[in-house]
Amino acid sequence: MFETEFMRLALGAGAVVGLLAPAVGFFLVQRRQSLIGDGIGHVAFAGVAAGILLDVAPVLTALVAAVLGGIVIELLRSRGGAAGDQALALVFYTGIALGVVLISVAGALNADLFQYLFGSILTVTRGDLALIAALGAVGIATVVFLYRALAGVAIDEEGARVAGVPIGALNVAVAALAAVTVALSMRVVGILLVAALMVLPVSAASRVAWSMRSSLALSMAIGLGSALSGLTISYYADLPPGGTIVLVAAGVFAVAAFTSVARGRS
Amino acid sequence: MPLAVELARVSFGYRPGQRVLENVDLQLGEGEFVAVAGPNGGGKTTLVRLMLGLERPTQGEALLYGEPAHRFSRRKRLGYLAQRSLVGGDAPVTVREVVSAGRLAVGPLVGPLRRRDRELVSEAIERVGLEEHADAPLRTLSGGMQQRAFIAKALAGEPSLLVLDEPTTGVDAESQESLAGLLDTLHSELGVTIVYVSHEFGAVESFVQRVVLVRRTVVFDGPPHDLPGVWHDPSHVHVRD
Repeated sequence: MFETEFMRLALGAGAVVGLLAPAVGFFLVQRRQSLIGDGIGHVAFAGVAAGILLDVAPVLTALVAAVLGGIVIELLRSRGGAAGDQALALVFYTGIALGVVLISVAGALNADLFQYLFGSILTVTRGDLALIAALGAVGIATVVFLYRALAGVAIDEEGARVAGVPIGALNVAVAALAAVTVALSMRVVGILLVAALMVLPVSAASRVAWSMRSSLALSMAIGLGSALSGLTISYYADLPPGGTIVLVAAGVFAVAAFTSVARGRS
Repeated sequence: MPLAVELARVSFGYRPGQRVLENVDLQLGEGEFVAVAGPNGGGKTTLVRLMLGLERPTQGEALLYGEPAHRFSRRKRLGYLAQRSLVGGDAPVTVREVVSAGRLAVGPLVGPLRRRDRELVSEAIERVGLEEHADAPLRTLSGGMQQRAFIAKALAGEPSLLVLDEPTTGVDAESQESLAGLLDTLHSELGVTIVYVSHEFGAVESFVQRVVLVRRTVVFDGPPHDLPGVWHDPSHVHVRD
């Protein structure tokens, strides 16, 4: 497996995304915003379509669209209430509808689209890997840098707000991080499965961890393990890599949930 | 006595035409221990949110230490235990992690905690009697112990004003008594101004200097022993007219 360059590049990209997606998803799950990653994915799809139409690298246009979409979603969310919920739906579906229309105008409603929807990790180039590794390192460093602040807000947002912690800025930072993660993960698992890699390892880790810090570390370890083992399985069993990675993560979640229930009964 | 909180002819509604609170006048001096009580749905939590500047009055004025509450510049002085303070997701979190979050506003926002911050966290944990459970996951502790952890979190920020909204939800009667005793100690030893908001104030009645009853407006404000007998009857307090 390691003798082929495309697999070495795929494993490198998978490792970065496997670590980054749960690290950012961790803070979304704590705020019960597990599906925000999915919403940002919808907006990123419009970005991909714009890139194809304008003949610009779709990953870059998706990155711009995802960051803008993520910040708009966060601002709408922070308004709260039913209207906020509907506003989120408006952003999600406008994103995907715009994407479909733009793709159609570009005449690209074909199999190429699949690589963005379901991932195409085996076509990752050295340049792609350099971009994924650089942005991934920045993303993980930001999570480490902001960890205590983000954890504090997750523990008690209202208490932190009263005491003057800059909640708005921290929430926008999380939204921007989530957007970068979605754009990078697009090549690995695809827009439709991005949220799974941000949420499943976190849900699994929280079943067996003993503290917030251990939960984050375990989430990242499960994400990394799922990405690498999913890729390996897909290589030998000739299965689609994105779907296999997510199924491995789902399997780990099932084992962790079972362990947690069994432990509770004993 | 300098004032910590001042509400002057405050009215508030979440929608135009709605009146959750009407014409509320309330002054809380620095160093007081006050219970704010009233029926569920009577506007207690809204009153707290106005007091802390989380909402702005539709009419009237809300001041914190003499400044408009919504633009209060010294927020680090405030400790707030929100109704049902819970970790949003289901990640395990230890007592020490919860209490450390209390240093977020006063200590460094990013990077590791300094030694002094860590000492204050340990002191707050000891003060609420959870030192043996400091590294235990919160979800393994009783409701009363979890509430103590959140009180320690508020204390770790060294607040001048501590506001607790329904702190006894999900806490058994014995723990309510010991919580009230803990608050009395904090009040007398640290001189913290404490506002205890609850539909049921029996546990703190012997410790507070004033009881304020809220039912859309302030219907009683005075020492607990001056309360008309009927208000001591929980059924009267609970029923909303």
